[in-house]
Amino acid sequence: MTTGAGLVLEDVSMIFRSGGQEFTALSPLDLEVPAGRFISLIGPSGCGKSTIFNIVAGLQAPTSGRVTLDGEDITGMIGQVGYMLQKDLLLPWRTVLDNVSLGMEIRGIPLKQARERALPLLHRYGLGGFEYNYPSSLSGGMRQRAALLRTLLVDTDLILLDEPFGALDAQTKSQMQEWLLQLFGDFGRTVIFVTHDVEEAVFLSDDIYVMASRPGRVIDKMPVDLPRPRDRSLVTTPRFVAMKKYCLDLLHTHGQPVEEQQAA
Amino acid sequence: MNTKTSAMPTLLSWANYSRKNANPAVQRKIKRRLPVQKLWSTTLLVSVQVGMLIAFLLLWEVAAVYKVVDPFFWSQPSAIWSTLIVFLAEGNAATDIAFTFRSTIFGFIIGTSAGSLLGMSFWWSRNYALIMQPYIICLESIPKLALAPLIILVFGMGLASKVAIATALTLIVSTLTAYSGVQAVDKDQEKLFYSLGASRLQVFMKLVIPSCIPWIISILRVNIGLALTGAIVGEFVSSQHGLGRTILYAGSTYEISLVWVAVLVLSALSIVMYASVSWLESVLRKGVVH
Repeated sequence: MTTGAGLVLEDVSMIFRSGGQEFTALSPLDLEVPAGRFISLIGPSGCGKSTIFNIVAGLQAPTSGRVTLDGEDITGMIGQVGYMLQKDLLLPWRTVLDNVSLGMEIRGIPLKQARERALPLLHRYGLGGFEYNYPSSLSGGMRQRAALLRTLLVDTDLILLDEPFGALDAQTKSQMQEWLLQLFGDFGRTVIFVTHDVEEAVFLSDDIYVMASRPGRVIDKMPVDLPRPRDRSLVTTPRFVAMKKYCLDLLHTHGQPVEEQQAA
Repeated sequence: MNTKTSAMPTLLSWANYSRKNANPAVQRKIKRRLPVQKLWSTTLLVSVQVGMLIAFLLLWEVAAVYKVVDPFFWSQPSAIWSTLIVFLAEGNAATDIAFTFRSTIFGFIIGTSAGSLLGMSFWWSRNYALIMQPYIICLESIPKLALAPLIILVFGMGLASKVAIATALTLIVSTLTAYSGVQAVDKDQEKLFYSLGASRLQVFMKLVIPSCIPWIISILRVNIGLALTGAIVGEFVSSQHGLGRTILYAGSTYEISLVWVAVLVLSALSIVMYASVSWLESVLRKGVVH
């Protein structure tokens, strides 16, 4: 494993105290994500996936431990990583172009320049012709594309994607997955991806971390050694199915994978 | 197999029993069409409306002529009409209308903008908001119009006091509305801004203000009415100009037809302002809410 480049979580935990009661959202966790890899976290609700994201994004201070990115301590620092939340959170009063430019604008790039940078990417990644539309006139898939581009256009080495395709219908979802793989290839960022959908995790990732709840923890790490670029036909190969089954079995033995049943 | 077949008849007979006997009251068979209302043509609707108005005015006029109602107290349409002509032809009409109009507009603008800014300022600190909350609520509960004599003393008899009363009426409502807007700012959207590394000022300028604008727009129409009320009450208390003063003056000299004229002109002014604000609102909404 490479050390230095990439994200490292050392002994990171999150304990909430309320009224003398302790709730362990995340028991002490060590995690290393080498630069340029695509990592997925899967697990039931309450397994601490969102907590990990909030800690890495600097939106919550961990109870213990520290987070380093490329050797630099970023514990509790905001704006160090790209974070795409579950909802697209596009601003209704901004056009698609201006929504996508938001991150750059916040980082001090004048809006005009930010637009110039965003415009070709909108065309390239399937939002051409919608630049001057408002988000309300876009489909769910389009909105997610815009939200993802907004995240990618901020110069961060690491991006966190929290169930970005959870609310999409099956067909749009698989289109978006292929689109994301294309983006991943083009941009070469490190990605941490949270999902409930095991097949999605296997199809997209280099490594899968399987998590369990009460307390939130990582129970296994599974490398996905399928060659890239990946094609949809992969999902029916025995190797793919075996990996999917391995993850599902893990989830079943460690608690109730309610979400997986819903997704299926 | 056996248990199944034996269970089936019992179940069926129970169903038959409950259907036939448990509810002996027989329900009526209904034969009814969906009620549909035919809308009259606009011409017809308007003619009915105009007809009602004319009938009312005629009735009033006739009743006044035959002394069914006392024209000394109630005046009559023909007298009001001739007074209106005189009032509009006179030099004062324009001054009075302009005076009331100006105090309303100034009070409206100052109250709405200052109130909105105050309300949005509560976003900056939860402590500050919590400290200010009881004061704002107290101010809201004070009958502001009761302060009118005091305001006249402080601000004088001129335009300033009328603007001040109109402002007092609109300010707190705007503050509370803008504060509701602040509280309704999407927490996840705030999270997104911070995850992008935004400063507090950036969140305020790019998220909080735009989120509050629909709330502020929604208060505009209420405020124009409140500002007008404030301006008129100010003129009632003490003034040398304005439609409110005209009403007060005419009332005290028993010129009832002039009272009606001033009320009519005031209503027209109110309608014009209300319509302009509604128009402004729709334009702003189109620009802001998509």
